[in-house]
Amino acid sequence: MKTAAPGPSASKERRGSLTTISGRPIHQLYTPADIAALDYERDLGDPGVFPYTRGIHPTGYRGRLWTMRQFAGFGTPEETNARYKQLLKAGGTGLSVAFDLPTLMGRDPDHELSLGEVGKCGVNVTSLADMETLFDGIDLAAITTSMTINSPASMIFAMYLVVAEKQGASWDHLSGTIQNDILKEFIAQKEYIYPPRPSMRLITDVFAFCAERVPRWNTISVSGYHIREAGATAAQELAFTLRDGVEYVQYGVDTGLDVDGFAPRLSFFFNSHSDFFEEIAKYRAARRIWAHVMRDRFKAKNPRSWQLRFHTQTAGVSLTAQQPYNNVVRTALQAMAAVLGGTQSLHTNSLDEALALPTEAAATLALRTQQIIAHETGVTNIVDPLGGSYFVEKLTSDLEEETLAYFDTIDRMGGMVAAIEEGYPQREVAESAYRFQQAVEQRDKIIVGVNDFVAAEDEPIGTLYIDESAAERQLAKLDELRKTRDNGRVRAALDALKEGARGSANTMPLLVDAVRAYATVGEMCDALRDVWGEYEETPII
Amino acid sequence: MHKIRVVIAKPGLDGHDRGAKVIARALRDAGMEVIYTGLRQTPEQIVAAALQEDADAIGLSILSGAHMHICPRVMELLREKGLQDVLVVVGGIIPDVDIPKLNEIGIKGIFLPGTPMQEIVDFLTRNVRSRVET
Repeated sequence: MKTAAPGPSASKERRGSLTTISGRPIHQLYTPADIAALDYERDLGDPGVFPYTRGIHPTGYRGRLWTMRQFAGFGTPEETNARYKQLLKAGGTGLSVAFDLPTLMGRDPDHELSLGEVGKCGVNVTSLADMETLFDGIDLAAITTSMTINSPASMIFAMYLVVAEKQGASWDHLSGTIQNDILKEFIAQKEYIYPPRPSMRLITDVFAFCAERVPRWNTISVSGYHIREAGATAAQELAFTLRDGVEYVQYGVDTGLDVDGFAPRLSFFFNSHSDFFEEIAKYRAARRIWAHVMRDRFKAKNPRSWQLRFHTQTAGVSLTAQQPYNNVVRTALQAMAAVLGGTQSLHTNSLDEALALPTEAAATLALRTQQIIAHETGVTNIVDPLGGSYFVEKLTSDLEEETLAYFDTIDRMGGMVAAIEEGYPQREVAESAYRFQQAVEQRDKIIVGVNDFVAAEDEPIGTLYIDESAAERQLAKLDELRKTRDNGRVRAALDALKEGARGSANTMPLLVDAVRAYATVGEMCDALRDVWGEYEETPII
Repeated sequence: MHKIRVVIAKPGLDGHDRGAKVIARALRDAGMEVIYTGLRQTPEQIVAAALQEDADAIGLSILSGAHMHICPRVMELLREKGLQDVLVVVGGIIPDVDIPKLNEIGIKGIFLPGTPMQEIVDFLTRNVRSRVET
């Protein structure tokens, strides 16, 4: 009797779930049948051609490599300025500012909630004086800067503009990005100040201001990174981020802006997690979905409005405190996924980030990881090398389909602001986070060094320790500032800001005036708190 | 035997609440009564919640590095209110050098990244019960 030829067989598969990190079941094999519905011209297109599934540039990285942009900031502006100069010297090609929690929350160092937080998670910037120190000796006309700042984005951006002006750099030529994405704060990172609707106004004010005055600035970085870190699946990251993008465009259009006047300056920010192919598919799907949204839903005419540009950061949440050197390997693989997905810029995490902010040596190694991918692996010689893979194309289409289903649900709720007010994305993310943790507890998902391959004892590594001296120095400087500046001018500027916020004036020029008078972040944010109040969420577990 | 009552709190300015929420849910699934305070609680608010809820334990989630300011203040306020029987545990990013200092002020349960949820459930069950019995 003839036995069947050895072929794909379930009995030979490993036990445990054969799913992605997001819980997506993966088949044993993908074949032409999985991509039978795809039409090359319609659904993929060559790189640089609508719908940009294969990339927004015809030449990929053959023309220009991605920007190696390492997020950094700690302690005082003096200390961070020194780190920036070191990163630029090591071959970093752009700056990325990490602010501390008081700055991110619009509080001065002397506020009661700032106790113990000054300079801990990033650099403390209280006033224009700190911003001048932060960029001292760095030519803002020659570099691009990304600033991770959201609720007080307008205030910090105004400071950057004034520093540039003092350096003699024209706003016309200034380039960089402010994160300025409040919706993901409500969904995931929770660094909100004002309720959603006035928060959206601050953002559309920046769109309008930059379209006229700072035309090369990226006015927003619509971020999935934090949504993913909070526990979302790959599909949820993609869906909520892109639907946030839709909301911003809709608000811009609703305030009377021409879609092609501001949409080319929108950018995105995604996570690169550990599930290699699912991440690559996510970036490809993102480009295809966005191209259709902008052309078909918003009737944008300018191809630059259709093109999704994005920054990527490797997944901080995947890093482990146990056996920290393993994190170098995780980060390298995640970075490779981002590159194969066609990212425009990249931050690679340092090996010590589950323990503390990175040391200089750890930050340099993280940058070297990118340089090795760029210059030694050869992956930059070809555009979208995985295009046409039955598996990757199928994953790309599946992620697109799941995203569009989320779009329908959120549209039915009345948009993302309404969905957030109902707690919908917050619940979805919390649910996924809990499900993943259970999978780890049950060892359905293995994390090397944590729930398997555990070492008896970890060799300790040296970490950066931020003491209280940064807080003391920032407090002393604030004290001095309040004594030496023209306080009458500060009061007048803050009053004008409140008046503008009550009406419909664009808040940006008013903030630039307040910054020139050396008003602090806390004072400017408080002025708007007086007008708009503060948001408080209903905690969901 | 009454259900163990735990206040889970996020002190300070940090909004990263994934850990706090996952733990809150795990404790609830393990049969405890969980009161989650939400974000940006001052030590005063946390201790007031523990008093009002008649809590057996407080779990503080701190990732921002502010623990050496927040934890001593919570312990001091608990003593002032006569709540020294309330068990305090901390989860988050705590540098090695700070662990003995936290132990010294009476915080024995310190849970670092990667801790299994079951370990936290067991710790609370064991330590709250022994306090109740003594």
